[in-house]
Amino acid sequence: MRRFFERYDLVDVIMWLIAATILIAALLGSIKTIQSGKYSPATWVDLGISGLTQGSVYALIALGYTMVYGVLRMINFAHSEVFMSGAFIGYFAATWMAASGFMERNPLLGLILLFLVAALTSVTIAVLLERIAYRRLRRAPRLVPLITAIGASLFLQYMFRGLFGSQVRSYPPMPGLEGAISLPGGVEIEYVQILVIVAAALMMLVLYLFTQRTRAGLALRAVSEDKDVAALMGIDVDATIVRTFVIGGAFAGMAGVLYALIYRQVTFYMGFVPGIKAFTAAVLGGIGNLPGAMLGGLTLGVTESVGTILFLDGYGVPAPYQLKDGIAFVVLVLILILRPTGILGERLSRTKA
Amino acid sequence: MTTKRSSPLVTALRQGAIAGGVAVLLTLMGMVEAFNERDIVQGVISLGILLLVAIYVVFGSTTARTLPETRASVRLGASALAGAIGELFLVGLVILGQQVNLRPVFPNASPELWELLQFGLSAPQSYLAMLSFGAVFGALGAGLTLVSRRYRGPVIVGVVCVVLIGLLDDLIGITIASNPMFATSPVVDTISQFFFAQGVESGLSKAGAMVVFLVASVLAYQWPSLRRGARSRTQAMPAGRQHTLALGLYGLFVVILLILPNFLGPYLTDVSNSVMIFTLMALGLNIVVGFAGLLDLGYVAFFAIGAYTMGVLTTTAVGAESGQIVWGPGLTFWSALPFAVLFSLTAGVLLGIPVLRMRGDYLAIVTLGFGEIVRILALSDALKPYTGGSQGIVEPAIPTLGRLTASLSSQGLYYYLLLACVGLVIFVAIRLRDSRQGRSWMAVREDEDVAQAMGVRLVSTKLLAFASGAAMAGLAGAVFASKVGSIYPNSFDLLKSINVLAIVIVGGMGSIPGVILGSLVLFGLPELLREFSEYRYFVFGAVLVAMMLTRPEGLWPSSKRKQELHETFGPESEPRSQVLTTPGGAGSE
Amino acid sequence: MKSRMLFAVLIVLALVLAACAPAATEAPPEPTAAPAAPAATAAPAAFECTDAIGCVDIAPGDPVHLAYALSVSGATAGLGEDARGAIEIAIDDVGGQLLGHPLSLTGEDTLCNAEGGQAAGTKLAADPTIVAIVGTTCSSEARAAMPQISQAGMVMMSASNTNPDLTNPDHPDHWPGYFRTATNDIFQGRVAAEFAYNELGVKTAATLHDGSPYAESLQQVFADNFTALGGTITAQEAINVGDTDMTGVMTSIATGAPEMLYFPIFEPEGGFVADQAKSTPGLENVILMGADGLLADTFPENAGPAAIGMYLSSPAVSGPEYDALLAKWKTKFGGVPPSGYHAMAYDATNIFFQAIEAVAVVDADGTVHVPRQALRDYLYALKDYPGITGTLACDANGDCATGEALGVFQLTEAEVTGGNWPPKVIWQQ
Repeated sequence: MRRFFERYDLVDVIMWLIAATILIAALLGSIKTIQSGKYSPATWVDLGISGLTQGSVYALIALGYTMVYGVLRMINFAHSEVFMSGAFIGYFAATWMAASGFMERNPLLGLILLFLVAALTSVTIAVLLERIAYRRLRRAPRLVPLITAIGASLFLQYMFRGLFGSQVRSYPPMPGLEGAISLPGGVEIEYVQILVIVAAALMMLVLYLFTQRTRAGLALRAVSEDKDVAALMGIDVDATIVRTFVIGGAFAGMAGVLYALIYRQVTFYMGFVPGIKAFTAAVLGGIGNLPGAMLGGLTLGVTESVGTILFLDGYGVPAPYQLKDGIAFVVLVLILILRPTGILGERLSRTKA
Repeated sequence: MTTKRSSPLVTALRQGAIAGGVAVLLTLMGMVEAFNERDIVQGVISLGILLLVAIYVVFGSTTARTLPETRASVRLGASALAGAIGELFLVGLVILGQQVNLRPVFPNASPELWELLQFGLSAPQSYLAMLSFGAVFGALGAGLTLVSRRYRGPVIVGVVCVVLIGLLDDLIGITIASNPMFATSPVVDTISQFFFAQGVESGLSKAGAMVVFLVASVLAYQWPSLRRGARSRTQAMPAGRQHTLALGLYGLFVVILLILPNFLGPYLTDVSNSVMIFTLMALGLNIVVGFAGLLDLGYVAFFAIGAYTMGVLTTTAVGAESGQIVWGPGLTFWSALPFAVLFSLTAGVLLGIPVLRMRGDYLAIVTLGFGEIVRILALSDALKPYTGGSQGIVEPAIPTLGRLTASLSSQGLYYYLLLACVGLVIFVAIRLRDSRQGRSWMAVREDEDVAQAMGVRLVSTKLLAFASGAAMAGLAGAVFASKVGSIYPNSFDLLKSINVLAIVIVGGMGSIPGVILGSLVLFGLPELLREFSEYRYFVFGAVLVAMMLTRPEGLWPSSKRKQELHETFGPESEPRSQVLTTPGGAGSE
Repeated sequence: MKSRMLFAVLIVLALVLAACAPAATEAPPEPTAAPAAPAATAAPAAFECTDAIGCVDIAPGDPVHLAYALSVSGATAGLGEDARGAIEIAIDDVGGQLLGHPLSLTGEDTLCNAEGGQAAGTKLAADPTIVAIVGTTCSSEARAAMPQISQAGMVMMSASNTNPDLTNPDHPDHWPGYFRTATNDIFQGRVAAEFAYNELGVKTAATLHDGSPYAESLQQVFADNFTALGGTITAQEAINVGDTDMTGVMTSIATGAPEMLYFPIFEPEGGFVADQAKSTPGLENVILMGADGLLADTFPENAGPAAIGMYLSSPAVSGPEYDALLAKWKTKFGGVPPSGYHAMAYDATNIFFQAIEAVAVVDADGTVHVPRQALRDYLYALKDYPGITGTLACDANGDCATGEALGVFQLTEAEVTGGNWPPKVIWQQ
């Protein structure tokens, strides 16, 4: 017994116990749910696809969190508002294009323009944030920029509310994106869902290639390793950080449009929940790690969609769906207990980070 | 900063453009129009116009200050130009708004707004009036920078006092009206008639504004010498008398605190109660974040656990009907209070264990998740029979102490209860800070690994921080539940955790007086300006950003923190002394 | 030395000013001291307040003071803004004047939680000039605000509290002086259930709420009544405010194969539910039904084609008066009301005007006295008030919406794609 305690810390034992309890509970719940036969295989596929769609949006927002974290070591809480601003201004562009008939005539061009408008808006906001609120705090203790970011988030959210009002606004229907394709087995995938998943995957691929294959990407990685050494190596640190905000903002803006294409409605506080989720996703995958953010986002989306029913329905819990966010956070805790630096781990080594 | 060398014209253009942008933003957000309803000085200036004035004065003085090496006349001219350019934006907006209907996009862009911005004049003259309005106040901003500091300070203090008292007009009215001692007094009545506008009008009267301005600026002018005088006189005293004087001042302060509700009236007492509940929470979070450096974003969970414990244990609405919970022993407030503290404390330890190995942002997100889980569980239909679900728990017990409390109003009752709690918690927090435990916390905050190497036991140190922070939040929650009289899950959302964290940071991390000041500023002030609550979070956000940019150490920093920050912010220094050293922080490993 | 001199002069100046002021006003004491010594100088028919809980005295030139306690910030801002706009329109409609006095409106944000309600209630209760309050937005706020407001003798009327407890005389949350033009969940849930079971012939239904006390309570009343009529509730599900992806919950509901889905929630989640329900296998033909929370101009467009054929139970707001209200809204605020409580708030304000005019005692000099208990009594006895939300009559517990005015609306293509608003009432009790 003594040797046992010498070898294993009591805290570790408790953590493993917690992890094991969660795993067993989830497993039992899943078995019960599947045995009940309430849900057909096609249903699970449906749930999985909607989870992937939601997860793609989380992943795109999470990229912004993770990139900023990578270079500045700060949680950019206002990133959710960068996302919201893109979707919101995109609404005006979309309505205008729909009302003038432009969208009807050139659906593809219209869609591209829409993405551009949203991305531009979000990039502007993100760059302004960096310039006004964060640049001067680069060397401040880490809680200071966190509070600044929270303040900026509230400021932006309520600025949009003040400017554009509090009502829910909805995107006009996009020509060519309505309808679904049917797969054998009763599975239906909507065109929008395909668009979102494909667009998200494409964007992430581009980002990955950018960071791995280009000089600018190399500079970005260097800055996230060590700002001072990077500066000594002749890298313009300021420009690289701005570039990070530009990319993060562009992704958030496009995520905003993708979000609006699926869910259609925009409000001034729409960024809050996806923002928290994306932040969770970034940590889940290993913060500062780009593929990790993607994986984290998808994991979170699917967990919310499939996991809730799978784990809870079998226990006969009333209104299990209400506990969805709770499940997501329990999964997060579980993963962090098993892998303390996220699924893929931090890209940055511990000493450097 | 490239602005240093630019020409006066360029500076004026740049500052004017920023001022114009801000003015257009606030106008389109509806702030100017909404604030216009409220006069600061009756018939002279409304809060809405004051907002525009403030913009031009601020940017006018910035313009002047960025041109230090030019002649005074050039500076004045540049600032006037900046103000005029700022107002030019509004002229443009008015012209645009009158041609195109902006309302589908900007709901506040109403014809009344254009009329207001044009000062009720018709088109051509009004544009001239608007431009000169901007120019005059821009120049005024520059003028302020030209005046010597000795006079500028008092003038600004005077104006600020006029604005503050003008703003608090209705509140002062309520306080007088709801207090029998003041309401029937003819002296109070005549004074308030002299100072404040009557009837539908709001704000200070013209004469009242004059007096307030004069008194405030004269006092401010004399303040340095008054303070010097007082200080030299106390220093001249023998040590024993100094000590007595200090004790006497403390005693006076306590007496004022004790009799305060008699003067405040029910509403201000209620505001103090809310502030004290936030103070209790913030004192607890200060231990976790400020002392031990553990970033907790789900702190509201412990507050919720305290509140729900109080609710479940004391509610009388027990039964099978709707709005009732199935189990509740119906304890009294006093017998439930220890359980509330105990349960939150236990929850603190339980949360502490899984997050022991996590640092920095992992800790932040897991605690955030924990806070959300508690709220979601309380809200859920699954636990509805025990926690009331979305219908909450009604009728928690009220604290009573026999005849002692029977004579008090309900606000007064909670005031004294909370005052006692805050006093107790401050005492505990100070003792903890100065104990061996407190030093271990700070060691962990500075550098976990070094602390461990020096023999600090990480497990017990961290768990104790979580536990004592949680216990204080639990106490606050229990009193909160009883005070509000019903408990709903939506009182325990993430925003509350963020608010409390903001109190700790804005007040000054690790500083106990700072935390108290922080809750007064962040929760007392907005509560007093409820009328403009639509813009509450907007202003709150702006204040947080401005505060962190200009005074990151907080309003009342602890001396240690101040030192650290000054090291950190030194021009050439390396960011080596990060306060929260985590794997994500600029490491010292 | 010079500064000392200046200081002294200024202090003296200030003292003189301060001393002069009371002296100047002390000279004619009679008008201000009139209430204290009524026998000495007052008019022949001096008013003496005999009301059990006191009177509000409004001197000539002073305003008749109304207040609102609404949630105008945060995520529920739209609900409060909606009601506040209607109050302002109602005040404009009477020319901003009542009994020859200007009307003033002050307001408090209640934040849609209990502590916000308590703070607002305490502040309003501390201002003795307030005659009546329109509010609150959320039922939880009313619970915390009413003790203070009731004790201060004021009356409060809500446009959107629907929780049954508030007007249940046996419940501790019931306070004298509380009224509402919003329809009690008991009525609305029953009407919805009767419509579904008797009129549509639906035998199985599922309900969905969003964790708000309003939705949770309403769906429970619906479920109870529906079961009592003989129907079967296949599921009582819940989502969270802020959810966007409803696939999971819809899939879960679909396993019970209900004929109808009742979701008395708000926007934007209501739109997501309507939209995503129809695309869930097993729910393609489900009948959708919501409540007054979704009876907002923006909803049909936001929910999209899925909302065609959807039913909404709500007080039957329609007719020329309602159209006039919408037109006034458009001129005053631009656009449309952000949610569905403006009509109730408009009625509440107008009921207050009528009641104040009826009970007020006007002196010869124009001073108005409003006896507070008489005001309450008048409201409790209010009958046949022709509101735009139907004929209102307050019962002894404060429920002014009797439920008779409840109707079921159906959204058609005209609303969803044609921009028509409001929809038609297709069924009334």
